[in-house]
Amino acid sequence: MSDKSSSKGILTPLKRVRGLGASGSSATADFWWQRVTAVGMLVLIVPVIVIVMMLLGRNQAGAGQILGTPIVALLMLLFVVASAFHMKIGMQVVIEDYVHDEKVKLVAILANNFFSIAVALAAIYAILKLSSGV
Amino acid sequence: MVEFALPKNSKITGGKTWPKPEGATETREFQIYRWNPDDGKNPSIDTYYVDTNDCGPMVLDGLIWIKNNIDPTLTFRRSCREGVCGSCAMNIDGQNTLACTQSMHDVAHGGAVKVNPLPHQPVVKDLVPDLTNFYAQYASIEPWLHTTTPAPQKEWRQSREDREKLDGLYECILCACCSTSCPSYWWNSDRYLGPAALLQANRWVTDSRDEATGERLDNVEDAFRLYRCHTIMNCTKACPKGLNPAKAIANLKLKLVERQV
Repeated sequence: MSDKSSSKGILTPLKRVRGLGASGSSATADFWWQRVTAVGMLVLIVPVIVIVMMLLGRNQAGAGQILGTPIVALLMLLFVVASAFHMKIGMQVVIEDYVHDEKVKLVAILANNFFSIAVALAAIYAILKLSSGV
Repeated sequence: MVEFALPKNSKITGGKTWPKPEGATETREFQIYRWNPDDGKNPSIDTYYVDTNDCGPMVLDGLIWIKNNIDPTLTFRRSCREGVCGSCAMNIDGQNTLACTQSMHDVAHGGAVKVNPLPHQPVVKDLVPDLTNFYAQYASIEPWLHTTTPAPQKEWRQSREDREKLDGLYECILCACCSTSCPSYWWNSDRYLGPAALLQANRWVTDSRDEATGERLDNVEDAFRLYRCHTIMNCTKACPKGLNPAKAIANLKLKLVERQV
């Protein structure tokens, strides 16, 4: 969050630029993980496409059979985790770029986090349920 | 939200077309952004005709010719007229560059030379932008040598190889062409330092004599100050000195990852 509360007062230009200081290593962590997940998805996308094509047209029992293979389930889980994380970081960057109202931004970032976690958990739950056959 | 349309009082209205110079055999049309803070009117685009046989070849020569011969109220910054001072940075035919090194014959295929102030900065008058924030951002990266070791009797020594690492960085003249061409800077210039200040930050991070590398990296390690750069590369395209601010910013990111991984 920027220090907008006092920006209406008489501040020197340098005071404005320095703001609340640098946010620190979490910014670099986001930058790094965005690339780690991108490389991960690049590697995973081919097997995931193959798996999804194998699943096409099958009923629940058939799908459960394919996803019951540990390596298939793990590949799918890895892909879901990587893509959800990638989506969360990427969307946050877009929000920070374009949403300038601090309150709207806060709500948007919260919603982004909740949505990403919900989507990831739903997918993980579905894969686990199908692969364990319960 | 980001504003994609100009505010009401910034919308450009029709301007004045000044008569062609008498007796001129060859003229070049200039369409120039005009705004006067004192008359309460919206900005406009005025049209001028420059006698190219009576005028130097650069866009700045044309502007000076207009100021001397047609309209003395036309306001712009200029000083060295040879690409060293960075004063006459403006948007010419859609590209940020220096009016003094941009030939009017190389723009717009012989059509009108369109001149506007540097984009997305407050306008002081006509082609003069307010660069207060830009300069403060430069000051915030503390562009001078930081050392803890007591100063040597003579100079701080530097190997030839280490000095060469500053090539492509030290030449920056702070004209603001790069920063004001960057969409990220347009949307977030209150928090994003912009390519010019970051190139300078990298210049001091790269300097073998500077002992504050870590503090300098701490100072830019921020989701906005540095990481608003999305490698759009408008900065590199715009730089009239042929520098590569995008690469300098990439080097800062590399250093930050390097010390973490």
